[in-house]
Amino acid sequence: MMARKRPAQRPVAETRGASVGKRGLRIGLHTYLLRHLQTFFYALGQLFQKPLATLMTSAVIGIALALPAGLHTLLNNTQQLTSDWNNSTRISLFLKQNINERQSTALAKKLRTKNEISKVDYISREQALEEFSALSGFGDALLALDENPLPTVLVVHPAMVINSSVAIEALLTELRTHPEVDLAQLDMQWVERLYAMLDTLSRGIWILASLLSLAVLLVVGNTIRLAIQNRRDEIVIIKLIGGTDAFIRRPFLYAGFWYGLFGGIIAFILVQISLLFLQEPVHHLANLYHSQFKLNKFELVNTFVLLTCATLLGYLGSWLAVNRHLKDIEPS
Amino acid sequence: MITFTNTSKRYPGGFEALNNISFNLAAGEMAFLTGHSGAGKSTLLKLIALIERCSNGQVLVNGKNLARISRRGIPYHRRNVGVIFQDHRLLFDRTVFDNVALPLVIAGNSRQEIHKRVRAALDKVGLLEKEKLYPITLSGGEQQRVGIARAVVNKPPLLLADEPTGNLDPELSREIMAIFEEFQRVGVSVLIASHDISLIQSLPYRVLQLDHGRLINDIGGRL
Repeated sequence: MMARKRPAQRPVAETRGASVGKRGLRIGLHTYLLRHLQTFFYALGQLFQKPLATLMTSAVIGIALALPAGLHTLLNNTQQLTSDWNNSTRISLFLKQNINERQSTALAKKLRTKNEISKVDYISREQALEEFSALSGFGDALLALDENPLPTVLVVHPAMVINSSVAIEALLTELRTHPEVDLAQLDMQWVERLYAMLDTLSRGIWILASLLSLAVLLVVGNTIRLAIQNRRDEIVIIKLIGGTDAFIRRPFLYAGFWYGLFGGIIAFILVQISLLFLQEPVHHLANLYHSQFKLNKFELVNTFVLLTCATLLGYLGSWLAVNRHLKDIEPS
Repeated sequence: MITFTNTSKRYPGGFEALNNISFNLAAGEMAFLTGHSGAGKSTLLKLIALIERCSNGQVLVNGKNLARISRRGIPYHRRNVGVIFQDHRLLFDRTVFDNVALPLVIAGNSRQEIHKRVRAALDKVGLLEKEKLYPITLSGGEQQRVGIARAVVNKPPLLLADEPTGNLDPELSREIMAIFEEFQRVGVSVLIASHDISLIQSLPYRVLQLDHGRLINDIGGRL
């Protein structure tokens, strides 16, 4: 009906040309990053407007994450404690009662020449008695005996070349063939069992961590879902005036990020406090075992991993909720 | 600017809101859309803003066939269409300035640009001194003017208004219309849905009259 070209369309075209062309990509990128940064802190500000709700959500996340993180630290400590035992595979040779000192030292000497054996400790019957009465508390009972009931013990340290259980088993069999030997015992078995237990425990912690991570996703997802519902009108308005899905999504994703980060920090604090709380009794327990063992604090690497995982979980939980619920909100 | 060709809109359930509508609104033209409640005025505006899609026929806006705009393209289409609502649809937790700035923030303008354009838009609707206030403290007419400032702040070539004077007294309505006329004068196309017959008849613009989803009258268009 009417004239098609009117100056009305010009301003729009002009601004667009200017924003891409003259001012250049750099300023565009700068504005883009600035926008992101603003939304980032805007989301933080929104959370701080409801400090109690934010704290509660973060605390739930924190507790959920503190459990596997704390258990992992304790397990690490245990593994550290037992790691030096791994190299201390020893075979105790209890010699027959009728073997005298000359015979036993001869055997020790002979064993020392073997390639598979790095070291042989010689514990005489007298030494054994002394040690036993000192450590066991049965000293008085032992004095009542006519003669020393303890046998001579040779503690055999296998060489480093022998590191498989098969090789150690072979060595054990060979040692048993010596006529002087009454009993050859591998001191390793209980360590192996302990390791098997720790392995099982480690798996258990991973399962627990996976389940609790899922819980964190759901907690954040639910919180963000409520936030989306609360701001339904705002979302509709923004959609009406041309806000893209990405624009609407952004503050919610950043909120998820912050929830995750706060949760991670709370988890870190909880683990540290728990370790501090355990420090003293563990030290006492270690003392009873004549050990210098000290409970290690949460390492820096682990802290980083915890915070990163927490943040990622928060972001992901929010992403799931946003993708699920934002599409339902359309202006009508 | 807007071309409807045999356009119909049928809602799920069978209700036919628009039936075989055809008309053309030129660039820079101002027109009223009138009719009783439920005649299809709002539906027609919704088709233009892509809040709804037509069931039959074709809608062209600014030379673009709206059927070809995908879901992802809708936001970019809406940035070229300023919409003014009867209930203003302002964000009450943000100041007047922030409300008006929203379209520019969405489009990713720089701070300086936003500041300049928001103040220009507020100046046009006469609310420059109220930029720091919250919408709740403003009167109905002032809130509507904030809505208008927001609709025009990124200089769209087309303005749609759905009952913009619905809740206002005649004097305020006149003022609002005067603002629309100003935009029309600088080349913006304006389509206003209203059932305020006396106001429409006092102005020399084209009137499209709807009745039960049909376009029964197309009068005026002297510009």
